This record gives sequence, C-alpha cells and structure tokens, in this order.
Amino acid sequence: MRTAEGVQAVPQRDPAWLGRVAWILTAVVLLWPLGVATEFKPWVLFERDNLKVTAQFLGTFLPLAHSGEFLEMVARETWRTVAMATVGVALALVLAIPLSLISTRVLSVSALSGRMALLASLVRTGARWLLIVLRSIPELVWALVFVRVVGLGPTAGVLAIALTYGGMLGKVYGEILESGEAQPTQALLRNGSSRLQAFFYGLLPTNAGELTSYTVYRWECAIRSSVVLGFVGAGGLGQQLDNSMKMFNGGEVATMLLVFVVLVALADSTSAWLRKALA
Amino acid sequence: MNGMKPSGVTQPAANQPYRLPPPLFSARCTACWFTTGILALVVASFWSLDLQWRQFLSMEALRSMGRFVAEFFPPDTSTAFLHKVIVGTWETLAMSVLGTVLAAVGGLALAIPASRLHAEDHAPFRGFTRWVLNALRSIPELVWAALLLISAGLGPFAGTLALAFHTAGVLGRLFAEAIENAPAGPGEALRRHGAGRLKVVAYATLPQVLPQLMSYTLYRWENNIRAAAVLGVVGAGGLGQLLAFHMGLFQMNKTATILGAMLLMVALVDALSHALRRGLTR
Repeated sequence: MRTAEGVQAVPQRDPAWLGRVAWILTAVVLLWPLGVATEFKPWVLFERDNLKVTAQFLGTFLPLAHSGEFLEMVARETWRTVAMATVGVALALVLAIPLSLISTRVLSVSALSGRMALLASLVRTGARWLLIVLRSIPELVWALVFVRVVGLGPTAGVLAIALTYGGMLGKVYGEILESGEAQPTQALLRNGSSRLQAFFYGLLPTNAGELTSYTVYRWECAIRSSVVLGFVGAGGLGQQLDNSMKMFNGGEVATMLLVFVVLVALADSTSAWLRKALA
Repeated sequence: MNGMKPSGVTQPAANQPYRLPPPLFSARCTACWFTTGILALVVASFWSLDLQWRQFLSMEALRSMGRFVAEFFPPDTSTAFLHKVIVGTWETLAMSVLGTVLAAVGGLALAIPASRLHAEDHAPFRGFTRWVLNALRSIPELVWAALLLISAGLGPFAGTLALAFHTAGVLGRLFAEAIENAPAGPGEALRRHGAGRLKVVAYATLPQVLPQLMSYTLYRWENNIRAAAVLGVVGAGGLGQLLAFHMGLFQMNKTATILGAMLLMVALVDALSHALRRGLTR
C-alpha cells in the first residue's frame, strides 16, 4: 500500500552534482593542451572581418546556379564520379579476388593433415601483408602520388580507389571465407578436388550473399571517396567543387553540394535495397 | 489422422520426372538482372572515362614511377625535420581527439530532440533534426574542411571543426537510435512522478545508454585519426598539410618520412584499439 509517508521527499538538487562538476573540470583541463595544439579559437569565427567574408560567401549561395550549361556540366561530372567509383571497385576486385584466394587458410591442402606446409604458410602471410600495406595508405595519398605520375584526371582517382579498396576487399573477403563453415570445402578437398573446384562448389555458394553485400557496401563508400579525390585533381564532382570554392562562387558550390548530398543518399538507398534483396 | 487422401496427391512419383536444368536467363531471375545491371554499369563506366592506360602502362610511365619511388629513399631523418614531423603528428592526434569530443557533445545535443523518448512523445523537432544530422553526415570531412577554411582560415582549427561537423552527424544518428532503443521503464517511472523531458533524459535515459555512446565515440575516434591525417591536404593542418606542402615542392625524402609517420601512427592506434577491445570483451 502506498501512503503519503511512504513517498520520500524528492531532492531538489542533483545529489551527485559535485562529482559531475569535478569530471567536467578534469576533462576541460585534459583537453586544454589539445586546444592549444589545434589553435582552437572559436572566437576567430566571429571576428568582424571573418563574419563579413563568411556572410558574403553564404549570401552568394542563393540563388543556386542553374544555367543549362552548368547543370549539364554537373550531370556529366556526377556520372564521372559514379563511373570512377565503379571502375575503381572493378579493378579492386581484380586485385582482391586472387589475393584473398591465395591468403585463405581454408583452401590449404597441407593444412588438412595437421600443420600447413612452410612454403604455403609463407605465401599466405605474404599476401596478407601486401593487403595490409595497400589498405593502410589512405586513398587520398595514393591519388596524390598518381596525380604526379599520370597527370590530372580520373586515371589517378581510379588507381587510388583500386589499390586501397583492393586491400580492404581482399582482407574482408579472406575473413568472410574463413569465418564460414569449412566442412563442405574440406570434404571436397579430401576427396581430391582441386582448390579452385573446392572454392567454386564448397566455399563460394555458402558465402556468396555476404561477399556480394560487402562489395555493394564498398561501392557506396567508393562513390563518397571519389568525390573527395577530386579535391587533389582526380576529376569528377570534387574537382569542380574545389574550383568553384576557390572562385568563391557560392551559387555553384551550393548546387554541387546539393547534388552531392542527393547522390550520396541515392547510393545509400540503392545499396541498402540491393543488400536487402540479396540477403 | 484426418481421413484418407487420394494416394496420388501425397505420395511422390516413384520416378522423379526428368527435369531440365533451369534456363540460363529467365525474366523472373533476380540474380540475372542484378548481374546484367552491374555488368552494364561497369562497361559504361570503363567506356565513358577517358582512362590513360597507354600512358600509365607505357615504359616511360613505369620508368618515371620507378624514379619517383627511388626518390623516396633515403627518408629525411635530420633532427630539425623529425621535430617538425613529431609536431605534425601531435597536431593530427589533437585534431582527432578534440574533433571527436566536440562531435560527441554536439551529436548528443542534436540526438535528444531527434529521438522519440516514449510512445506518446510528439517530438516536434524530430524530423527537422534528423534532416540536419543527415546533411552533416553526408558531406565528407574533407569537403567540410574546404568550406570551413573560408571562415576559420588555414590551419588545424578548420580541420578540427570539419571533423566535428561530419562526426556530429554520424554520432548524432547513432546516439538517437541508441536513445530510442533504451528500455522505457526508468524513464516512465520518472515521468509518472512529474519529471520534465530534460530530467528524464539526464537521469533515466542517458545513464542507461552511456556505455553504448562511449563505444560509438571511441570507434569514430579511430576513424577520425585516419581522416585527420589526410585533412591537411586542403590546408587544414596536421600531417596532411606537411605532406601536401613537401610533395608540392617535390621533396620526396621528406614526403617519405611523413608517409612513414602516418603509417606508424595509424598502425599504433589500430593495435591499441584492438588490444583495448580484446581486453574489454574478455
């Protein structure tokens, strides 16, 4: 039974306020040197001159640039961005599939009878290291390097995506193949099928859905990064965006940002739909 | 048992009728359409991009590539330059930490109006804040940095803000999902006693979801270190700015040192977070 005396008086002040204030103060003291290192001065944003420049730039956002010629250019560059991502992922597959086949432990014949042979294990470790190196250099750095070698244009961007994504896809493919059930593959191998046969009839059918859905997801990521790669001169929407920003042409920047947001949302929903259809 | 059935319906035929394998392409085969669509996309992409394979695969290009790689060695290890690289690395790390902390605070501030706290909650700003979060999230860090350079000037401050903007979008959405999925009991109890929306969030919802929010934030921090390393390419400070500067001057020995520092930093952070996560999950 509930009586009036049973209900305690509600404290009007947070009983743990001292501890909370202490934690916040500690966090601020710890973050202080970081603020110094990053020249963190928010008031810079609100200085008169800066405010004027920002307001001017933002003021030119409207009206959006919408001349026929400009829109045609944006459409062309948007397609180029998608095409760069697609070609990049296609080339990444050329790199990732053989490397992940080489590095998968499940397809080892010698491992069936206890330990993997020395040579086989060395080759597998080598392939893994190659994948790690490819993956750990950011695509932007690859793009900077390739822009020096092949010049400005989509080739540099495509190569950068191919190398980084080749590393990522190869690593994850290897993990997917090894995480699944190994018995069908091993049964095939024990009965004398070749490694490729064991892959096609044992390993691939059980993991195909997961492999495809990860690839589609990576394609979506590649679209995002191909825009970014344009900023170092690899063509596509990013390069045009960079140019317009340097010219302080707010209307063009706003249109392209809008197109970009829509493109990302479309890629996002397409990839979500495809992954759901595949699951 | 519900009566006798005609035997021909339930029993399979003694001999399975000989069946042809399914046709290679039928209008109902989703996988076929999927594959065709993807092949068409890939072919169209290859066809429409003017890729300079000849230039890339020619002997001339390979030779210049070789020369380019050879110029990387030996990396510049003079004390003065190493000091510069260490300062750059510290700047990158600081950018990533501060950007992530700001993003977590901002993301939480946006996540609370963006989530429906209980079934009868109208959450009038839910649609609008979700839209803001999506906009913040779908513009990449690098584009934010290029935009913010105009008002924040060259340097790590613009990079920190860029990281904070993009990550706030990502974290805000994750936080909102976590808050909406939190068990409703404690919040309901407070609400019955007449506590307001803010008090319910602060004393019932947040304490429940805090571990989840922390782990999302840590995960994004790991991502942000990678992002911070390259943000400088557009002039937003850190190792990336050093990299773009020295690569622009074709000082390849220095570029090699910076690349090495970048790889080392990312590898160390990876190893650390791997160890931490293993320690936490055990």
